[in-house]
Amino acid sequence: MTTRRAAYEARQRRRANLLAAGSTGVALALLVFLVPLAPGWDAVRSSFFNGEIFARTFPDLLKAFLINIAIFAWSVPIIAALGLAIALARGARAPVLFPLRIFGAIYVDLFRGIPVVLLVYLVGFGIPGLGLPRPWNSPYIWGTVALVLTYSAYVAEVLRSGIESIHASQRNAAICLGLSERDTMRYVILPQAIRRVVPANMNMLVALQKDVALLSFIGPVEILRQAGIFKSLLANFTPYVAAAVIFLCVTVPATRYADYLMNRDRDART
Amino acid sequence: MKTILTATILTLTATGAFADAHCAAGKTLTEGTLTIATGNPAYYPWVIDDAPEGKQGFEAAVAYAIAAEMGFADDAVTWVRTSFDEAIQPGAKNFDLNMQQFSITDDRDRVVDFSAPYYTAPQAVMTTIEAVEAGARPTMDSLRAMKWGVVASTTALPVVMERIKPDQSPLVYDDNANITAAMQAGQIDAALFDLPTALFTAAVLMDNGVVLGQFDPSAAQNPDQFGALMPEGSALKECVDQALAALTDSGALAAIEAEWLQDAVGVPLIK
Repeated sequence: MTTRRAAYEARQRRRANLLAAGSTGVALALLVFLVPLAPGWDAVRSSFFNGEIFARTFPDLLKAFLINIAIFAWSVPIIAALGLAIALARGARAPVLFPLRIFGAIYVDLFRGIPVVLLVYLVGFGIPGLGLPRPWNSPYIWGTVALVLTYSAYVAEVLRSGIESIHASQRNAAICLGLSERDTMRYVILPQAIRRVVPANMNMLVALQKDVALLSFIGPVEILRQAGIFKSLLANFTPYVAAAVIFLCVTVPATRYADYLMNRDRDART
Repeated sequence: MKTILTATILTLTATGAFADAHCAAGKTLTEGTLTIATGNPAYYPWVIDDAPEGKQGFEAAVAYAIAAEMGFADDAVTWVRTSFDEAIQPGAKNFDLNMQQFSITDDRDRVVDFSAPYYTAPQAVMTTIEAVEAGARPTMDSLRAMKWGVVASTTALPVVMERIKPDQSPLVYDDNANITAAMQAGQIDAALFDLPTALFTAAVLMDNGVVLGQFDPSAAQNPDQFGALMPEGSALKECVDQALAALTDSGALAAIEAEWLQDAVGVPLIK
């Protein structure tokens, strides 16, 4: 049995859907029909959307993307561990641990404030330049170190905000139950805090995935560098578009997953 | 030597102004002016002191000689700066000619126009004194065992991969400065440049740089040839090619090469 109100709401919904579909259709049509009418479209199409070059370079780009994935894969656990350590250092309460708090604050200020590219150059060329022998001067090692320094500073701040968002009553309750400071953090605060900042950390992962490409400045031939090589050999920008497609295949699902987690978290709390 | 060259160019300017006045007429960006692009910065020995207006350096000298052949007086030549990417982007270009050691390749030729080559560049290997002391020699076997670095926007990578076939995959950098940084940091042993660039980099940018050897350009299947880059379908191409042909026939081009790129002798050939 539909009430008059329910019927009215259904009508309104249908109307909204029709309008949304209509305006999307018009926008798409404008894009598809108007852009090719631009006088330079043919030149732009052959420079950026060249099917033949796309097909020719795609397999090599995909192979180069494996390097991005590898660097990403070994960076993430180190970033997570170091980020947590720094966050805990900044949150240390005992007076004796004051030096730790200072260290955490300086670490975050320093590495969050320096552009990643500069850090990649500085650490990637600078530290091996001190005279390290092979294989310890590898750009893979020191490039990873640069990424870890920057991203652990970000992650530490995210985790700290999570820890501070847990209500003081939780800590008080844990102390009343006789839990030590350490156990309070480990069994009461952290499980809640980490869960709360999962969406923010997913954003960090997406950003890291893209910033791995910065390592190409110091030598490794990852996907963006491989695309740049093709660009200069073929004098065509299509390989960059192909690289963007590959990046999107990874980052879009990751962002959607982050959205899903965020919604689930919100639903659970309301 | 230099006076003869200047005299040659002056004569060419004088005769050229009459003979070829129509060829480039109405085909340049700005009527009566030839706009030439170079790199930012432009390096020795191609352009001396990053000042192409001074006519000093191989490409600066060739540019003015071409301009003179086409009937442009020296003060009718304007310089602009572009990166490699700006030179190949699909939109309108801000230059008539772009000269910054562009190697002519078939793939590039489909997107832009190239003049006839004005220089055939031997490829040369730069390494460090330490690597030579450790036993690096200008032989293929020795080169294969080295860790290579190349600049991404050059044709060096295919040469390394196809001719040298190194045991470890090469590292790739944005520019010569990063190659020198990586070599100082011990991350690479060797880098491939055109010979004049290798000589400059080893002598000026590196503290411990050495040019190990050069590849015989006449033995290469596709020798690395530099051409002036023009927008695709440029009406000017014919005039530039005529000018270059005239400069080659008269020996003026060889004279410019001898003046600016003479250091090239004395570097051993790679066997």
